[in-house]
Amino acid sequence: MHVTQGTFSYLPPLTDAQINAQVQYSLDNVWAISVEFTDDPHPRNFLWDMWGLPMFDMRDPAAILLEVQRCRDAYPTRYIRVNAYDRTLGRQTTALSFIVQRPKDEKGFRLDRQEGRDRQVRYTIHPYALDRPPGERYER
Amino acid sequence: MTAIETPPRDAATDRWSSGVIPYAQMGYWEPDYVPKDTDILCAFRITPQDGVPPEEAAAAVAGESSTATWTVVWTDRLTAHEHYQAKAYKVDPVPGTPGQYIALIAYALDLFEEGSIANLTSSIIGNVFGFKALRALRLEDMRIPLHYVNTFQGPPHGIVMEREYLNKYGRPLLGATTKPKLGLSARNYGRVVYEALRGGLDFTKDDENINSQPFMRWRDRYLASMEAVNKATAETGEIKGHYLNVTAGDVESMYERAEFAKEIGSVIIMMDLTVGYTAMTSMSKWARRNGVLLHLHRAGHGTFTRQKTHGVSFRVIAKWCRLLGVDHIHAGTVVGKLEGDPNMVRGYYDTLRDGVIPRDPMHGIYFDQDWGSMPGVMPVASGGIHAGQTHQLLHYLGEDVVLQFGGGTIGHPMGVAAGATANRTAVELIVQARNEGRDFYTDGPEILRAGGRWCAPLRAALDVWGEISFNYESTDTPDVATTPTPA
Repeated sequence: MHVTQGTFSYLPPLTDAQINAQVQYSLDNVWAISVEFTDDPHPRNFLWDMWGLPMFDMRDPAAILLEVQRCRDAYPTRYIRVNAYDRTLGRQTTALSFIVQRPKDEKGFRLDRQEGRDRQVRYTIHPYALDRPPGERYER
Repeated sequence: MTAIETPPRDAATDRWSSGVIPYAQMGYWEPDYVPKDTDILCAFRITPQDGVPPEEAAAAVAGESSTATWTVVWTDRLTAHEHYQAKAYKVDPVPGTPGQYIALIAYALDLFEEGSIANLTSSIIGNVFGFKALRALRLEDMRIPLHYVNTFQGPPHGIVMEREYLNKYGRPLLGATTKPKLGLSARNYGRVVYEALRGGLDFTKDDENINSQPFMRWRDRYLASMEAVNKATAETGEIKGHYLNVTAGDVESMYERAEFAKEIGSVIIMMDLTVGYTAMTSMSKWARRNGVLLHLHRAGHGTFTRQKTHGVSFRVIAKWCRLLGVDHIHAGTVVGKLEGDPNMVRGYYDTLRDGVIPRDPMHGIYFDQDWGSMPGVMPVASGGIHAGQTHQLLHYLGEDVVLQFGGGTIGHPMGVAAGATANRTAVELIVQARNEGRDFYTDGPEILRAGGRWCAPLRAALDVWGEISFNYESTDTPDVATTPTPA
């Protein structure tokens, strides 16, 4: 199983040099970088944990890469993504978001079907990882 | 061009004598008029009949699209008619095209009902196109003043909210229209949707003429499509959608279908331009109320947008649709199988997405347009495009666009899912290269071929379609370019 959220999930895992290039592009656009991590990759969970605040004033990609590495060291088995935020009037939203670390064993999702009347089905997507408590979901 | 004599308005007693007098003398030609910020402005391409001076032809268009009829009526004098009369204020010959003129006409804001495209179009394109004094007429552009813009809802959600709903950023979205267009049963249809979505597309789409036919009724299609959407979402961990077409023979049926689509959890529905402006506006309000994205297929538009001397330019249709409010609209591919000069398409895309669009004759934009805070519409590029053109598509169309590879997904030699993977991989490769500062337009073929070395579906797509292009001259091109711009 391979979660395909993020801008570059169909490419081979980005090297640090490739991550650096995307960060530089974002800084050139005056976007603020943030690092986030989670052990709940449900497609509608947009509230990943923040690795500190968005780095509004950090213009040095090397320093941002250092934060990525510190996050990886602290949470080696979780999903980590790098976001670039565009505060321009009319946007005020994420401009770029890509995964820079994933668990070795991505557990994937179960599709639950609740059968209703008239052949209607209620669908629920359940991440297998959520069967275990936070902090233990990808440790084994 | 011969100047015509215009007597001072209202001073001439024969202005009110019964009978027929030139429109220009009735006050519809006012070369000194300074348009107000609140006026609606129109640029018409007029081709007068032989012997009709262009100013008179322009005045006739202004007259027939506002207060005038063919003869003098004394009841005009019961009104502040100077206010309600549209004013043609400028007529310029089209460079290098004898017999054609661009006429600019100003309309007072209170000629039009708030929030009604039906009313706006009944006035401005209601009668004049059949007018005998003109050989041909085309509405090229409109300036919608912010005062009028703000009487419309606009897109139910817009580009920014769509990306947040879908949790997808920094790249074009990807779609495909289910093929064959007609004849698939609901089960077979669901199979195509599922394969395309699990392979990497964000969306699949009903075609414009898939409504509710004997071979597949709408309810069966909706249920089969949602099974496919949910299964693909679970397999990828990514939000997926299928545009369920709610177009029907009556608006009540459209509501019924839209309600059902919402009930079973669809993030998006679609409708066809053929349902009409009022039905589209109603669906737009429904989509805002219910948190469902709304896609518009511009079915039929070519009948009145394509020919340069007749009809309504697509940039005007784009403005009307942004006002009445859709989240997606088909707006051309430049490189695909359907009509679309690169400069004209650029003008449509800017009109749909940007907040302020400055006048730019090269892009066919005749007036500055300010949308205020009205959200942008996501343009959709669909029709004869494939993975091997991804660098061109990103170059011409940018990032806020849905690229729809129908045949380019479903016709892939390794299957539908592989076709989807090829397209998604191609897009991510080109976006990555662009962000890294590479000349992705020039290096595109090389970047894609390099990707094909580790991505077998991409390699197969390039082998099949890499050389396919549609290089025909465009019909609708900017007047200021001396030669048609090649696609």
